[in-house]
Amino acid sequence: MEIGRSIHRVDAYDKVTGRAKYTDDLRGQGTLVARILHSTIANGVVKEMDLTEAQKVPGVVKILTCFDAPDIQFPTPGHPWSVEAAHQDVADRKLLDRRVRIYGDDIAVVVAEDEVAAEHALKAIQVTYEEYPVYTEPEAAMAPGTVAIHDEHPDNILRHTVFDVVTPGAAVKDVDEVFADPAWRHFEAHIDTQAVQHCHIENPVSYAWMEGDRIVVVSSTQIPHIVRRVIGQALGIGWGKIRVIKPYIGGGFGNKQEVLYEPLNAWITTQIGGRKVKLELTREETFRNTRSRHAIHFDVKAAVDPASMRLMARTCRAVSNQGGYASHGHSIVANAVTGFRQTYPDALAHRSEAFTVYTNLGSTGAMRGYGIPQCNFAGECFMDDIAREMGWDPLEFRLKNIMPLGYVDPTNGITCHSTGLAECIRKGAEFMDWEKLRSEYAKPQTGPVRRGIGMSVFSYKTGVWPISLETASARVILNQDGTVQLQLGATEIGQGGDTVFSQMCAQAIGIPTEDVHIVSFQDTDTAPFDTGAYASRQTYVTGKAIKKAGESFRAKVLDFAAGLTNLDPGNLDIRGRDVVSTVSGEAVLSLADLAMEAFYSLKHCEHITAEETVQCKNNTFAFGACFAEVEVDIPVGKIKVLRIVNVHDSGKLINPKLAEAQVHGGMSMGLGYALSEEMKYDDKGRLLNGNLLDYKLPTAMDHPELHALFVETDDPSGPFGNKALGEPPAIPVAGAVRNAVLQATGVAIHRLPMNPQRMVEAFTEAGLIEKGE
Amino acid sequence: MYDLTSIYRATSVADAIAALEKDPQAVVIAGGSDVLIKIREGKLAGCRLVSIHGLDAELAGVKVLDSGDLAIGPLTTFHNVTFDPLVRAHVPVLGEAADMAGGPQLRAVGTIGGNVCNGVTSADTASTLMAFGAQMHVQGPDGWRVVPIDDWYKGVGKVDLRPAELLCRIVIPKANFEGWTGHYIKYAQRNAMDIATLGVSCLVKLSADKTVCEDVRLAFGVAAPTPIRSHTAEDGVRGLTVTEAAEQIGDLALQDINPRTSWRASREFRVQLVKELSGRALLEAARKGGAQV
Repeated sequence: MEIGRSIHRVDAYDKVTGRAKYTDDLRGQGTLVARILHSTIANGVVKEMDLTEAQKVPGVVKILTCFDAPDIQFPTPGHPWSVEAAHQDVADRKLLDRRVRIYGDDIAVVVAEDEVAAEHALKAIQVTYEEYPVYTEPEAAMAPGTVAIHDEHPDNILRHTVFDVVTPGAAVKDVDEVFADPAWRHFEAHIDTQAVQHCHIENPVSYAWMEGDRIVVVSSTQIPHIVRRVIGQALGIGWGKIRVIKPYIGGGFGNKQEVLYEPLNAWITTQIGGRKVKLELTREETFRNTRSRHAIHFDVKAAVDPASMRLMARTCRAVSNQGGYASHGHSIVANAVTGFRQTYPDALAHRSEAFTVYTNLGSTGAMRGYGIPQCNFAGECFMDDIAREMGWDPLEFRLKNIMPLGYVDPTNGITCHSTGLAECIRKGAEFMDWEKLRSEYAKPQTGPVRRGIGMSVFSYKTGVWPISLETASARVILNQDGTVQLQLGATEIGQGGDTVFSQMCAQAIGIPTEDVHIVSFQDTDTAPFDTGAYASRQTYVTGKAIKKAGESFRAKVLDFAAGLTNLDPGNLDIRGRDVVSTVSGEAVLSLADLAMEAFYSLKHCEHITAEETVQCKNNTFAFGACFAEVEVDIPVGKIKVLRIVNVHDSGKLINPKLAEAQVHGGMSMGLGYALSEEMKYDDKGRLLNGNLLDYKLPTAMDHPELHALFVETDDPSGPFGNKALGEPPAIPVAGAVRNAVLQATGVAIHRLPMNPQRMVEAFTEAGLIEKGE
Repeated sequence: MYDLTSIYRATSVADAIAALEKDPQAVVIAGGSDVLIKIREGKLAGCRLVSIHGLDAELAGVKVLDSGDLAIGPLTTFHNVTFDPLVRAHVPVLGEAADMAGGPQLRAVGTIGGNVCNGVTSADTASTLMAFGAQMHVQGPDGWRVVPIDDWYKGVGKVDLRPAELLCRIVIPKANFEGWTGHYIKYAQRNAMDIATLGVSCLVKLSADKTVCEDVRLAFGVAAPTPIRSHTAEDGVRGLTVTEAAEQIGDLALQDINPRTSWRASREFRVQLVKELSGRALLEAARKGGAQV
């Protein structure tokens, strides 16, 4: 069995020794550099630009401005394209735009021999603006009489949706009827989440040049085939004229599931005679000009049956701060309110309302979890608030309400094909000794340092069907030595994709993983089509394509073997490095000998390859729970996580060790989200802490030991029984930590991050810290 | 790629001073952990540098002078301050403070001299040097002079260095460390790679029976625009038992501090930290001196 083996990553040695090539390693000598001029206002119009002095700077090759760029609006999110106009992404961005919508918007670009010359030229450009008022909060941008950030949306509301869901079989009209019933206890809360950023170590970087009339772009991206499409759309040229190459990348986490600067880079090379030019962002630009997680404000209500501990109905109103450009648009807040509803299906009814609102802050987009970390924090705070008020054990309360096996979402049909959630909860509780600690910490605590234990759970779907297209292709090619090449459009982005793809391929064919040579870099001229790494989809969707291609390849090999051996292909099997007879159990032919015959036979030469496409019209829920034990130093507002464990049901694990590593990374991201990370803006829309000193990404010194456990269900819809794992580990951490703080201190926090100043303020408010100087 | 116009690599302190006399606008670079960042940020873009990097024979290392005072060369890196046997023997709290700057890479290049010459209030070694009453020995075209650290800071980013002067030695008088124990608390959001929201350094000299604070020194970083001593707190707790002193020192210190509200932290938050952490630092310093509290 190749599935379930904890083999080393196939790229481990290259990455550890530094042999692995990333975009900037490949660009070669003599590449020009492009640097972007960013606006110094957040909302307005560029009236004029004076380039006189900048043109004189030695080493400057070309200056291109918003007055030169094509007048084409294009979409940037890494969604599969939709052939239905109504479902296409919002096209609200130009390569360079006179209309400034965020502080630091892209208004010109300098191409120079080196960075210093480019910087000197940028400083020498004189810009005249017309300024408009700056809106940093959705509520301000939605108010009557505001300036439209995009003309297409005069009220600055990109989209507003309301979904009323009545649980199948429930004898009520809607949520209002449930809330009018005096039998139920009512609860409500307002919860705020913050904008955070991915902080992938490699900043976005690309370089581009022309070969004849074709443009080649090498880029650090999660989605090479989508980058190709968007470059074509942005430049208004045929997609076949564009070639995108994706080397190893230093992390993406969703920020590189966005077409960031590749179209601008591609256009620049067309303006300088096709010379090779690099566009690499600084960390500060990455913070300000790429994407971040949406700050979403939630208002939630619940009607609860005190007798059965059941949620009878809930409402969730979410207002999402989109920033200056649509990016993934309404999808993320829509996913958030849907996720809020799904984890705990209400007994009777549910109402979701979601707003996506343009403001003048940095644009928000995809980030690991896609709206679910936000709604999960809101939902898990709310569950503990209710449990505390009712005197219930939060664990028991959750068990009474979690999604059951066979659940079918009433709006999109996504079905719970397998669930180990209750088992995850039990396993986590046992690991932490929940019952004992929960009762111990429930006793009155009086000192400055107090302890608590908390938990949270989540559900997460696998891929994007049926909201969007799910498709993937895989190609398997026989080598002369009996090994295979595996080619995919799916991408390795640090998550270990190449390793588990190789294991899946080996499993489907029947050969050892060591005999699968995966082609790691995608080149859209040759790589099969796949939309790329996002939505925790690749092991599920691409996995199906690999399985299908592997099985098809195996059948072709066995057919060829049958021809060579005059045996019935039905009695042949591939085991290890041989074709074996299932009748005798003996090896009849080695794959290496078979391959040499296939390539060089003078009688019957056949190049054995298999390429298969799948369209995946299914989806399934992954689940998990997090338990955290904390110590709170009240007078100085510090929360120390003493112990933490994530327990995941991601179906069958392809590579348990890699799965564990994936969980560790997500937990780390969750801890930063919970305790310290936040993008801070001033009222002019300027990002104040856009660097890794002032943006408090936790360091290794800030982490407790991270524990990862699994409950392995066998999902019938997955190619190998597997379901989503890429994003989920980041989801439940903040809620668990918050609920532990609630038990330790009795203070219910409803806003992230729980950083020390905010905690001191909350404890002062609650009377745990004396007021005043 | 760094935007700098020139770099002159000085061969001696005298050579560096001569170079600075010739080019008073030139910026001194030692470890580079501040200067290179400022060049990258554009604040020192296009500057001319005079490098004293490598003048270790004259400017690095720790020794005990004939007087018994401890002399620290300003080019001593944070790492070498922390692991110096004389620092560990006589002023271990200074080594502990130096060990909290940045991360291992920064501590391998950043110098204690740079930490106090850049004039920032958050410098991790500054409050402890302040508490020790360090003397800053400065050499320039007009010769050698000594500046008490109380007079060293002239404002945000400004220290008492005249044109073409170099800090050449940091001296901690024997009387200021003999019989004292100290503790430094760096309060920051992260446990590494961070700047202090508040730095508190407290030194105590205990009675023979280890119960009474015969003398106390308390200094802060980030409680005011420059590192400061809190004489009100020191005077107020002198002669009290360790427990009493720990209870009172924080409130007393509030009279000497003037933190500001910035987007990084509010005044109220920093005030709360001063109240709480002054006592904690005193208690820990007393424990290191043998107090059973």
